[in-house]
This record gives sequence, structure tokens and C-alpha cells, in this order.
Amino acid sequence: MGEVLAQAWAIAAKDLLLEFRSRTAFLSALVFTALVLAIFNFARDPTAVSSVDLAPSVLWITFSFAGVLGLNRAFGLEKENRAIDGLLLSPASRTALFLGKTLANLVFVGAVEAIALPLFALFFNVPLLEILGPLVLVIALATVGFVTVGTLMSSMAVNTRFGEMMLLVLVLPFLLTPVSTAAEMTARLFAHRPFAEWAPWLKLLAAYDIAFVVLCTLVFEFTLEE
Amino acid sequence: MASSASGAAAVLEVTGLAKRFGHVRALRGIGFSLGPGESLAVFGPNGAGKTTLLRVLAGLLKPDAGTVRFGGARGDGGVAPASRGPDAAHRRRVGLISHYSLLYDGLTAGENLAFYARLYALAEPRAAARRALEGVGLEARAGDPVSTFSRGMVQRLAIARALLHDPDVLLLDEPFSGLDQRAAATLRALLGRLRSERRTMVLVTHNIDEGLELATHVAIQVAGAFASLGARDGDLAAYRARYAEATARDG
Amino acid sequence: MTAIPSAERALKRGGILMAIGLAAVAVVYVRALVFTPEEATQGLAQKIFYIHVPSAWVALYLAYAIVGIFSVLYLLLKDPRLDLVASSSAEVGTVFATVVLITGPIWGKTVWGTWWTWDARLTSTLFLYFIYLAYLVLRSAVEEPGRRARYCAVLGILGALLVPFIHMTVYLFRTLHPMPVVLQPGRPQLPGSMLITLLSSFVAFTVFYAGLLARRYAWARLRAARAQEEADASR
Repeated sequence: MGEVLAQAWAIAAKDLLLEFRSRTAFLSALVFTALVLAIFNFARDPTAVSSVDLAPSVLWITFSFAGVLGLNRAFGLEKENRAIDGLLLSPASRTALFLGKTLANLVFVGAVEAIALPLFALFFNVPLLEILGPLVLVIALATVGFVTVGTLMSSMAVNTRFGEMMLLVLVLPFLLTPVSTAAEMTARLFAHRPFAEWAPWLKLLAAYDIAFVVLCTLVFEFTLEE
Repeated sequence: MASSASGAAAVLEVTGLAKRFGHVRALRGIGFSLGPGESLAVFGPNGAGKTTLLRVLAGLLKPDAGTVRFGGARGDGGVAPASRGPDAAHRRRVGLISHYSLLYDGLTAGENLAFYARLYALAEPRAAARRALEGVGLEARAGDPVSTFSRGMVQRLAIARALLHDPDVLLLDEPFSGLDQRAAATLRALLGRLRSERRTMVLVTHNIDEGLELATHVAIQVAGAFASLGARDGDLAAYRARYAEATARDG
Repeated sequence: MTAIPSAERALKRGGILMAIGLAAVAVVYVRALVFTPEEATQGLAQKIFYIHVPSAWVALYLAYAIVGIFSVLYLLLKDPRLDLVASSSAEVGTVFATVVLITGPIWGKTVWGTWWTWDARLTSTLFLYFIYLAYLVLRSAVEEPGRRARYCAVLGILGALLVPFIHMTVYLFRTLHPMPVVLQPGRPQLPGSMLITLLSSFVAFTVFYAGLLARRYAWARLRAARAQEEADASR
């Protein structure tokens, strides 16, 4: 078990080092995020819809799309020079490969979210400090949910004709539960509703995460050539 | 069909490999064995299944039938348990050099090798990386990103990567493709040195001019099977003739 | 050499089953239109119910369950025929899902004046539709047959796990969100005669699905057998 984690960590570290050096995917995701936030804020009529009502949906559309944008890099990195063969040649287990890639993606998407959140609070004038703890929990759980499935899908999408579009098509149905439950909980948090009110959604999201992390890990090796 | 050094245990023993992709039978009953220090050159036209053979030997592909067995390292004795499906133990025994470099252009030479050293769970990754770089004469460029390397240097780095974990068998897939005269000469010298170190190697190529001199044994692969297999017993011209004959027969 | 004639026979058998299924659907629908009483508040438009609901049953549960089960079997056994069954069911399921997504809004518009209602069945079918579409797009995007089968099987399994989550998510939103009171599709108590018609329509649609599946699968087998023969001949 320890060896699997060590290998996963080595793979994640390598991915993050490469991303840090080139920065292109990260910057694209950030630019996209800022753009979406600015457009939404600009396009709405402040007298018609209160920003607090609109805010959760905007936040989650931004997070999920910026996240999916970043997911392609995971296996796209390995296409150059067929580096994926190097990984498959090594004694590293396929599970370690999946965990490493997912971990790198989580850090990537998490970093985008960490920068987007304050921007969001700024544009939409939503006070976040009192609810920051639970909000971060919700964001973390939802991100784990869609990044895990997205990493698995990107392993397949990268080998198909349509590339990025394919990833979006594959991931879309799986965004329903994480994104809608997270948006709902975010809305309740902004309205300072008590925990008991949004606890059912939290349970559903947690169940989703557990179910899909396990399934994706089990099924990942079938997306590799054998 | 087997060819093995007398007395010493085989380093690599392959029997009855078969693999099909949908309707195409890429490998049909391939078998051979190599003792320590022996090298097999496999010549064949494109589509003969040479790359498939190499990928099965490398543990990247699971064959539909047949076995790949590894003996003791450098002929020290001992036979590894037969493994029909490739696993981590199988992959530790082989190193692959392909015409793709399998390296990350965005990382330095040292970082690439240190990463692989970690994947292979080598005791001191950085030290192992340094030694491997010295082995191919690239230690001066350890801190340079691979994107700045020439094709020949990339190939040498790829060899360093393949040898990092001291594999029993070195597999080479069209290693000379894309190399200019000088780089090819450097590669030939490097491979010659490995041969003198009694490395067991399997080299596949469609170009009979390359690699013949490195080989102790030669096979001609056509349409997924070995049309001929045996110790090298002729010169380039003789093999050219045999190759032409074998490919004409099937084509 | 025996693959092609056997596939052709299967194609004929599938065609017969399909015809029987279609006839059953027609018979049930005649019963629905002529022999079943009209519903009090909704009038004639309610007859769509007898197409809408059984189609949803086929698309959501039957067809997708087959996709899921045969995807798992394929990954375990690697028999390409299992993959053909799964993909045939996905195609047929998509057809039924399309029927649901067309009849739903028609019913909604006629009876309640709105094209779309976020009711449980329609919403679940919509997201299932996205899975079906993803499956079909994936299938067309991969050329090598072995990889195509593997990828679709992976998606099939993931989708199968997603279906209960779709239902739970939709349910959660419906129970914890106040919804416009107008929307009560399929919830009225069904008097005996209507219930019989509904249950018969389930049976008819299931038979029709089975026929379509059998025929589609047989056709896929035939195509594969022909391609195999061509490949063997050219070698």
C-alpha cells in the first residue's frame, strides 16, 4: 500500500512540476474564470435578480467548467513522446497512476478555485468569512466528485478523435449530482441556513464521492491498452 | 527453433506467443530463447507484428496465448516463475528503447531520470540518475531541459532511462529511425559497448542494414510469425537475399 | 464461415420478434384509445401517458440495465458479442428515451400549458439521455474495435452507477424544494381499466424493446462477421 502511495505521489509531483513550468493550462483556467465572473456580473440586471440568488449557480458553473478545462492536461501530458508508455513500462501499479493523476488534477483545480473564490466574493459582493469553513468543505467534496470521474474520462478522451469536446460530453452527465448539490448547499450557506437543513445534500454528495472514487479506481486499468 | 548458449540458463525464454487485434492476427506462435550476452535482431516489413512482439516482451501488452520467462540476471541462474500476464516483476526485468523517447520535454534530463528511478523504487533516485547519465556521456547536461536536446542526445537519454534499473533484457524498437549519421554512429558504439557488457538484447527493425552486426541471432518476421530464426551465420548480402525471399513468399 | 448464415437467421428471428412487439404496441394502443375511459381532467391528451410511461420504463431501467450488465460481463469475459449486445441496447434505449423526451413536453404543453416540467421522470430521463448520447458519441469516436468495446464498457458501468444517483438527486430536489402544484403527472389513482391498459402497455413495450434489441444485435453480428470474412480473405 505504501508503495502505491509513493508511486502516486511521484507521478503527481512530476505532473505538478511540469504544469508549474509551463503554466499554460493554469493561466487559461484562470482567465476563463475571471471572464465568466465578469460577464455574469455585467450581464445581469441588479434590480431584477438579487446577486445572492444568482451567485451559487454562477460559482458552480465557473468551477465545473474551469475544472473540466484543466482535466485534459492530465493525460494530454503523456501523449507527447508517448510518455504514457514509459509509465506503463514501469512497475508502478495502474492504481498508483490513477491516484497520482487524480491528485495532480485536484491540486490544479483546487488552485484555480482558491483564486476564483475571492474574485467571486469581490464581484458578487458576498461576505464569505463567516461561512468559509463549511463552504470549503462543500467545494472540496464536489471537486473530488467531478475531478475523479473527469480524470478517468480524460484517460479515454485523450485517445479519441474529438479530444477536449469528447471529455466534456463524457463528463457532463456525471456533473449533475456534485454540481447541483454543491450549488444548493452554497445557496443555503449564503442564506445562513442551519446545518440540519442542508445535511441531506451533504450526505448525498459524500455518498457520490465514495461510490465513484472506488468505482473509478477499480475500472481505470481497463482504459489502458492491454 | 530455440537457440540458447550451451549450459547457461536462458535469460529470456518465449514460447507460443499469439495476439490478435479484432480481425488481425498480429502474432502467431512466436518462440525463441536467449542466453546471457546474446542478442536477437528481428527483421521484418511493416505490419509484420514486430512492434507487437516487443510490446508483449516489454509487459505492455498481454498476449492471448504463450509465455514469457526470465532467467537469472546476467546468467546467474534461477528461472523466474512463468507469467502469462505481465506484472510488475516482469516489467522490472526489461528496458525498452522505442523511436519515441518516452521522456518529458519540460523536465531536465536529471529530473526525467530521477522520476523514473522513483517509479522503479530504486534506493537512491538521484544517485542512480547521475550514474545513468554518466553511462551515456550526458552528465554535463543533467540540468538542461530535454526540449533543448538534439535527436541523438534524446536517444542517448532514452537509453539511460531504459538501463536505469539494470534490466535483464533490453528491447529496442527501430532505435536508429530519425538519426543522422553521427548520432547513428554514437548509438552503434553505445550498443556495441552494451553487447560487450553481455547485455541480452532484442532489436526489431525493418531496415536490415542496422543492427545486423550487433546480433548473435537473427529472425525474420513476416505476417506475425518467424519465417526464419537462427544464429547469425551470414553477411549482410546473405541476409538481404533471405529477407527478400521471405517477404516475397508471403506478399 | 458459419458466422454469416447464423447471423442472418438471427436477423430474421429478430425481425419477427420486433413485428410481434410492434403489433402488441398497436393492439394496446387501440385498447387505450377506444376501450379505456378518458381521464376526467386531462381529456384525450392523457392517452399519451400510455406511451410516455412505458417508454420511460424501457429507457431508464430495462435498456440501461442491459447496457450496464453486459458492460460488466464484457470487461470480465472479453467476448465481443457481449459488447455488441450492450451497444445495441444503448441505441435502442436512446430511441425510447427520445420518445419520452418528445411525449413529455407534448403532454405537458397540452394539459398544463408548459413545455418542460422538472418532474422526476422527465428530468431523470434527460440526464440518462446525456449518458446515452455520451455512449454513442464515444462509440463513433474510437476506431479500433477492441479499444472501442473497452471504453464503452467503462462508460456503461459508470453510467449504471450514476442512474441511482440521478434518481436520488432528483428526488431530493423534489421533496425539499417547493414545486408548482400543477405538476402531478402519472400520480392520479388509476381505476382498474386504466391500470390494465397501463400494465399491458408495459408488456407490449418490453416485447417491442426485446425485438428491436434482437434485430439490432443480429445486424451488428452480421456486420462483424462480414468484416471478419473480408479481413481473413485479404490476408
